[in-house]
Amino acid sequence: MPLFPYAVSMPKNFSAQQLVGVANQIRINTLKMLGAAGSGHTGGPLGIADVLAALYFSVMNVDPVHPRDPYRDRFVLSAAHMVPVLYATLIERGFISQSELLTLRKNDSRLKGHTFRDLDIGVETTGGSLGQGIGIAVGMALAGKLHATMGRPTKKKSKPDELVDYRVYCVIGDGESNEGSVWEAAMLAAKYSLDNLCVVCDRNHIQLSETSDVIMPLDPVVDKWKAFNWNVIEVDGNDIPQVLFAFSKAKMVSGKPSIIIANTVPGKGVSFMENKWEWHGKVPDKKQLDIALAELTANQS
Amino acid sequence: MKSKQAKTQTPTEMSIRDGFGEGFLAVGKLNPLVVGLSADLTESVRMQEFEAEFPQRFVQVGIAEQNMAAVAAGMALEGFIPYIGSFACFQPYRNLDQIRTSICIQKANVKIVSSHAGFSYAGDGIQIQALEDIAIMRSLPNMQVWVPADADQAKEMALSAAGIDGPIYIRLGREKTPLLSRLIDGYEDKGFKIGEAQQLKFGSDFTIVTYGYMVAEAWRALNTVSEIGLHGGLLNIHTIKPLDIRPILENVAQTKRLLVVEEHQAAGGVGELLAKELLAAGLQFDFAHIAVNDKFGDTAETTRDLWQLHGLTAENIVQVLKGMLR
Repeated sequence: MPLFPYAVSMPKNFSAQQLVGVANQIRINTLKMLGAAGSGHTGGPLGIADVLAALYFSVMNVDPVHPRDPYRDRFVLSAAHMVPVLYATLIERGFISQSELLTLRKNDSRLKGHTFRDLDIGVETTGGSLGQGIGIAVGMALAGKLHATMGRPTKKKSKPDELVDYRVYCVIGDGESNEGSVWEAAMLAAKYSLDNLCVVCDRNHIQLSETSDVIMPLDPVVDKWKAFNWNVIEVDGNDIPQVLFAFSKAKMVSGKPSIIIANTVPGKGVSFMENKWEWHGKVPDKKQLDIALAELTANQS
Repeated sequence: MKSKQAKTQTPTEMSIRDGFGEGFLAVGKLNPLVVGLSADLTESVRMQEFEAEFPQRFVQVGIAEQNMAAVAAGMALEGFIPYIGSFACFQPYRNLDQIRTSICIQKANVKIVSSHAGFSYAGDGIQIQALEDIAIMRSLPNMQVWVPADADQAKEMALSAAGIDGPIYIRLGREKTPLLSRLIDGYEDKGFKIGEAQQLKFGSDFTIVTYGYMVAEAWRALNTVSEIGLHGGLLNIHTIKPLDIRPILENVAQTKRLLVVEEHQAAGGVGELLAKELLAAGLQFDFAHIAVNDKFGDTAETTRDLWQLHGLTAENIVQVLKGMLR
């Protein structure tokens, strides 16, 4: 079996193998941040690290030197409590200085407890109340379509003169999908054929107080999104070649928004955290952190 | 006297939301960044002419106020100026979370336009009337709160809102009012300005501060009491936030009597706000407040029936004024 079943637009110099290493480094940084902060969410961020590595190091057109470039692809973390893994990714990608790593949740830090719009560090939206980020992403995608037809208006010029073509990426949680507004956004995106929108559903089967299957069963999740007229791709969200392939497939679809159902292992990479809903909303203590970091560092070599 | 001159004119009447519709179409023509979003209440909020003129810049989100607010925030972050229309009983109530998180915290440049506020829709009953919206909206940081008193003002607000960067709540109603602003000398150049309290009448006996539909009621009440020789100041605070406190301070300092009239719950309304501001400024004054006192509305044949039930009429304003001046 070839590593990639089809041609995948490969990263600027990053092989899938290297992306695995990037994802692991993102996990290490995520855990260090959470350990220093003393509060936050652990399970989800570790599970989605591979998707973020793929997005920021291969799929998305983003440039830390020009974080406000109007042509950049947008990323909305709708499940905003997973923000440590976004910061860890942005640090790895050069949007945020390594020196800010341990400032998560500290006074005057730019690394807030939930996403807080700050384009200088690559955070596009403010979140924290579930079910809203996907609506914002739909709005951004609608705006992208509108800009593409009328040109991006500038202060001096409001006449169409150039095509602005960006794609909008958004990560929602499976627990977040309890919120009705997720499905309101889903209907609107399909109505307006937003093929510039690609959502990832982090299907990790956990939420704060139990497994998702106990709190509110989401299956058949693929059928649900198909019924909402979306292009649905289901993958192993911790398998980087599969994830890359899914993003490139989504990009090829026109006339429909896409959703990648990414089946992920919450707590991925740390033996005692994997698949435990108890690790959704807590952070490791000093001893647990040392063990976790040792496990992840062993992966790295 | 100004008031006598005014009384000889017969003001034409117009619904406040119709004025908004005219202004919204006009601002759409002036500014290509303005977009409209509706939750299946396009015509009720008078957005249909904009939709017909600019179909590409109009998003029909369906009956989904929460999503409308979030989507509008996303469009605003990308440089557009969305006006989102619904009824006040749904917006801000149904989508308050989205208004707070996605619009206010992000300072998203969204104009929240809510019609049928107050007792505006008598026949639809208690659920469709909105009497807490100003308390809710003025407590949100980054949010401005505007309430036009007639169709001219609503038109002006629709036009001006696009020029102010940040969230604005515009409270509309469906009832007709006299076009009050036109009764003032010099209206064309100085009668009405966003952000400035509008002094409709001058007088030294008392001060009335009000907004929205109650401005016309207070106007009538003042005409009545002027016949028995009582003259008070009438201030229309169409811009509730940011509040133009200076003219209110000046009027109350002179008259020592303040009556606040509002088609809103007393709790969290403008009466409480002004009492706090004026007391903090060290003024001593008699205070009366006509508002809805911890009650919901009801189904009725006319809005005026409900106003009467809650004392929100010119006749009751006259009674309260006489009591204050006894």
